[in-house]
Amino acid sequence: MSGNSQFAYYLHLALRSFKRNRVLTALMVLAIALGIGASMTTLTVFHVLSGDPIPNKSERLFYVQLDAADLHGFKPGEEPEDQLTRFDAEALLREGRAERQALMSGGNVVVTPSDGQSSKISEARYTSEGFFDLFDTPFQYGRGWTRAEDEGHARVAVISRELNQTLFGGADSVGRTVRVENVDLRIVGVLGDWRPVPRFYDLNLSRYGEPEELFVPFWTARDIGLEHSGNRNCWADSGGDQLSSTAPCAWVQYWAQMDPAQAGAYRDYLGAYSEQQRKAGRFQRPPNPRLRDVMQHLEHNKVVPNDVRLQVWLAFGFLLVCLINTVGLLLAKCLRRSAEIGVRRALGASRRDIFLQFLVEAGTLGVAGAVLGLGLALLGLWAVRQNPAQYAQLAQLDGTMLLTTFALSIGASVLAGLLPAWRACQVTPAIQLKSQ
Amino acid sequence: MDIRPILSTLRRHKTAAALIVLEIALACAIVCNAVYLISQRLERMDRPTGVAEERLLRIQTVSPGKNRNDSARVQEDVQSLRGVPGVISVASASQIPLGGSSSNSGVRMSADQKDNSFNASVYLGSEDLIETMGLRLIAGRDFLPSEYQNMEAIEVSFDEGRIPVAVVNRRFAERLFPGATPATALGKQFYSWGNNPITVIGVVEELLRPNDYGNGQYSMIFPVRPHWSWSNYLIATEPGRRAEVLKAAVAELQRTRPGRVVLKENTFAEVREEYYRQDRAMAWLLSGVILALLIVTALGIVGLASFWVQQRTKQIGVRRALGATRGQILRYFQTENFLLTTIGIALGMALAFAINLGLMKLYELPRLPAWYLPVGALCLWLLGQLAVYGPARRAAMVPPALATRSA
Repeated sequence: MSGNSQFAYYLHLALRSFKRNRVLTALMVLAIALGIGASMTTLTVFHVLSGDPIPNKSERLFYVQLDAADLHGFKPGEEPEDQLTRFDAEALLREGRAERQALMSGGNVVVTPSDGQSSKISEARYTSEGFFDLFDTPFQYGRGWTRAEDEGHARVAVISRELNQTLFGGADSVGRTVRVENVDLRIVGVLGDWRPVPRFYDLNLSRYGEPEELFVPFWTARDIGLEHSGNRNCWADSGGDQLSSTAPCAWVQYWAQMDPAQAGAYRDYLGAYSEQQRKAGRFQRPPNPRLRDVMQHLEHNKVVPNDVRLQVWLAFGFLLVCLINTVGLLLAKCLRRSAEIGVRRALGASRRDIFLQFLVEAGTLGVAGAVLGLGLALLGLWAVRQNPAQYAQLAQLDGTMLLTTFALSIGASVLAGLLPAWRACQVTPAIQLKSQ
Repeated sequence: MDIRPILSTLRRHKTAAALIVLEIALACAIVCNAVYLISQRLERMDRPTGVAEERLLRIQTVSPGKNRNDSARVQEDVQSLRGVPGVISVASASQIPLGGSSSNSGVRMSADQKDNSFNASVYLGSEDLIETMGLRLIAGRDFLPSEYQNMEAIEVSFDEGRIPVAVVNRRFAERLFPGATPATALGKQFYSWGNNPITVIGVVEELLRPNDYGNGQYSMIFPVRPHWSWSNYLIATEPGRRAEVLKAAVAELQRTRPGRVVLKENTFAEVREEYYRQDRAMAWLLSGVILALLIVTALGIVGLASFWVQQRTKQIGVRRALGATRGQILRYFQTENFLLTTIGIALGMALAFAINLGLMKLYELPRLPAWYLPVGALCLWLLGQLAVYGPARRAAMVPPALATRSA
């Protein structure tokens, strides 16, 4: 026999052997399926949460940190403040040394519809004109605002598709107004579907939440006194207004886009800026800037929740136990068939033939385990989505994870089959025939 | 029972025996750590907040417009809530335990100290806050009416609007003044907001932070009426009237200022439920894994033991024919399982500590308490004995006559 027909024959033998040991086979398939189901559920959640939120340019977007704090608790080389002071963010933006850049921060505002609907709280982002190009946000209608509008503190806004749906029933609302905290802002753009996962551009706020519903020019937001939310760290008396341009408070995020090859030069520029600020008496610490691209920034901030990492480990531990279990049961099954193996060997089957036969049998178990495991993983993901955590809604199986499921299951079961198959092909035909 | 024949038999089934040992070791290591993680979660969820949870309600509102909810307007709301039937007392507070985001400030021992000694959560509250929250004063007194001031007065500059007095929680008092009892901490001074000393006038038994930010649960209360738009109205009522009072209070707030957004309206029980949701979900998940792991392990033992019994049917028959009782056969397989489980447990303990080391790094957990090991061992012995009982009984049923037949 050769090639395909041989494989078909082994498959036939495997199925016949399953039929003879229904309970044992069911146990093995169930063990593999449980292990695979658990691992794939947790791995899918991990895969979704640790993904690249902006794959086409994540290595060209950089998050900027400067060491602006005073000398309290200073330890050389320590990680600087997570965010910039408004003063530094505005200075970097003015100098504009990167291809593109934007400063930003978040807040919550009251949005009042015009037609007597009750007011609602919306998450807002206060940012500069570069935001939309920087992050390639899609627009359903209109566009972002201009630099001139930034500089003129224009009363404009970009709203999300959802807010547009709520306020205007999804119609093109460019040119209409949205009432924010008793101030009318003219809508210049409506975003299309945009949901970076994780919400990398501001890790202070809900990391896996939806993007904000309202985008307002940073200085306009300050003019009309919109509240700030998110982390704000002050190291000295701010003289009342912690959001003022001179307050010693870090609360502004700053992103810059550049060719990765330029990052070194930009880092030097940040160092020179720090030194200059130190000479001017604003900075007290030696220059200690940080420049991280998107994935480094996510990694540094340990964005994937520890619970999720733990669940992956736990599930793979469980899979390992299930596999050891399967090895044991397969071994029992193989050795029980020593007599049959002896006959086949006596009739001319080589060790290799026997080995392959049992591997095919194990692989078949793996396929069955994968199908059942996939069902369990879908069930598991459904259960995860019932979970209160922010990220739960994102737990969906994709093509990559579907393929991974089958690869993992078949790989694992073949691995589990190696030892029993090896033991099976060690059976000596003579002894078995004699004992018959 | 003679163990030697068992050992010599096992030596001829090294692979299968090793598999059982390995499975038990892994199960032991994972289960010990999973149980430990569950206990940590439960312990966390069990922390007292310090407030009288069963009678406390919280309403959080936001009104549009600049200068909204200044202290005077917040006080108007507090005043009108006092009139709602069933309300025992009312206060406004900048934050509540388990409320989520928190406001914190460094604490220093002297005005010119450079580094903060530690970091504490800042509760700003209007009159009656301590009474409304139901905090237990263990030393000193509540604030006097003359000590309260509006947030606006302080916002101008910390140095102008000074905070002369504070009530702190017990851990704060003990941390700030080592060796101090709550009573001796009274009258001592510390620095936090601005450069003026703040005198401790009262110590409460407990007041948890709104979240798990920072190390240590240090809290302080300043007699400052908050004016922030996200101010919380806290209401104390009788436990049996919570739902009714909450509804009436929300209606009252909407009546006095139409157009405001009621952001949150909960009983404190709901606040607690929401804060610990993730912990609860994780505890259930871990319980599920433990159960599945034990079942799979037990099934593995059943499967391999059945196979052994089947393989040794003839040998068993011979032993029975030579006079071994059913009980002896049963005990043979049970002892065999006990030996394998014991080796598995020994390996599992070592592995459990190795996993614990990893968890200590990931979760900053303390070391696995030693008493988990004997308890874990006992459970696995029991599991092994239960799993092997079925196959062993089948072995004991083998008739002696089988010895005379060929297999």
